[in-house]
Amino acid sequence: MKYLNKKASVVTATIMAASLLSACGSSSDDDDASKMSYDITVTNLSSNQPMSPFAAKLHASSFTAWQVGAAASVALEELAEGGDNASVLALSEAGVYSSVSGGGAIGPGSSENITIESGEYSDINLTLVSMLVNTNDAFTGRTNLDLSGLTIGTSQTHYLPVYDAGTEGNSELDDTIPGPADGGEGFNMARDDVDYVARHPGVVGVDQGYSESVLNSTHGFDSPVAMFTITRTQ
Amino acid sequence: MKTHSLLSILPLSLASAMAFSQSIDVQVTNLTHGIHFTPILVSAHDSSTHLFEAGQAASTELQAMAEGGNTAPLMEASAASAVNTDNLASGFLAPSASTPVTSIETAENTHLSVVAMMLPTNDGFIGLDGWEVPQEAGTYTVYLNGYDAGTEVNDEIIDTLNGGATDGIPGAPGMDAGTGATGVTDMESNTSVHIHRGNTGDTSLTGGISDVDSRIHRWLNPVAKVVVTVK
Repeated sequence: MKYLNKKASVVTATIMAASLLSACGSSSDDDDASKMSYDITVTNLSSNQPMSPFAAKLHASSFTAWQVGAAASVALEELAEGGDNASVLALSEAGVYSSVSGGGAIGPGSSENITIESGEYSDINLTLVSMLVNTNDAFTGRTNLDLSGLTIGTSQTHYLPVYDAGTEGNSELDDTIPGPADGGEGFNMARDDVDYVARHPGVVGVDQGYSESVLNSTHGFDSPVAMFTITRTQ
Repeated sequence: MKTHSLLSILPLSLASAMAFSQSIDVQVTNLTHGIHFTPILVSAHDSSTHLFEAGQAASTELQAMAEGGNTAPLMEASAASAVNTDNLASGFLAPSASTPVTSIETAENTHLSVVAMMLPTNDGFIGLDGWEVPQEAGTYTVYLNGYDAGTEVNDEIIDTLNGGATDGIPGAPGMDAGTGATGVTDMESNTSVHIHRGNTGDTSLTGGISDVDSRIHRWLNPVAKVVVTVK
């Protein structure tokens, strides 16, 4: 509970800061015609899976943060096993326009606003990704979502599935899960699972007869696990 | 969306006369973490054909596919006008893998169905039931759910004695399942085709109630992605 309360207050502070900024900085923004700006509201739809701070990126279609059937990058592994988005945010190869972190973890049922901007591009795509922290290496998100058809003032809503990074076995054992259900280990560079990204099979938990699991039925999830609405504001 | 608005302004007679052969590319991706698919059957057929229908009892041909991965009876029973493309992956389609992009000429057929058994399950299968091929050129993505044929008890016991085709799970291609299970259940109340409830599994490789591993052999829908490119 302490974990959640702390994170919730960070989220609230970030939302307030964001609204203050937009209230006093709007006139200069309007003059900058060569900028694209998007407001994203993401909501955690899970029962008991806090989501680590989201990483948001705007990029060309040549960039992708993951692909089903391909091995996860180390940056994605760090996010999916430990909830640390720093390396995903730092990915800056050709075609990445901008990267922004969410303000903090998002508790079940909570929402957060993220604003992301870039220069003006016709080939513009979004990646949004976060860990389900009460798992070994589950993450949710969307990569390479085409935003080129989104005109100023219009919105789209998307529902997000759960992926398995394939970099850590879904043991659910004590000290392997970084979220409040366990407080265990996050990122570990060893890869002891299938080493491909796929949809997550779901967690088992002690209530399903897996007596060694630190998870219980409240940590279960289905797809979709989150939703987001993206509005182009400029 | 675009197709719909275009067609709606055409006279009905003209729209119905547009059932000409289409050249399409089909690719199937296994989205699961630990479930293999048996040889995948893609069938192009008319609007009234169904390989399966949710809420209806499975045909014996569908049963053979869902319990044993055998698509031959479904193809033998299909209309002469149907265009069947079998075994897209040349064998099993492994978890997270994609089939080659496969070209299909639909002839006069307007709808596509896709089926393959999910292993290890008793009678689970991926299913697409009569999806209308769009007229407009473009790339279309369809997500498939996991169905239960309703023809076999989901005891989750791997039993290869009779090829697995009539009782038990025929095998786990990932070689990551157990043996010696006592069985999850010995009865099923829903004998129609329905959304699969998922494997139960357990974590014992030498006993327990299930031969499948609850940490590996489970799934959430959707289980497969089908990308159809209309040329």
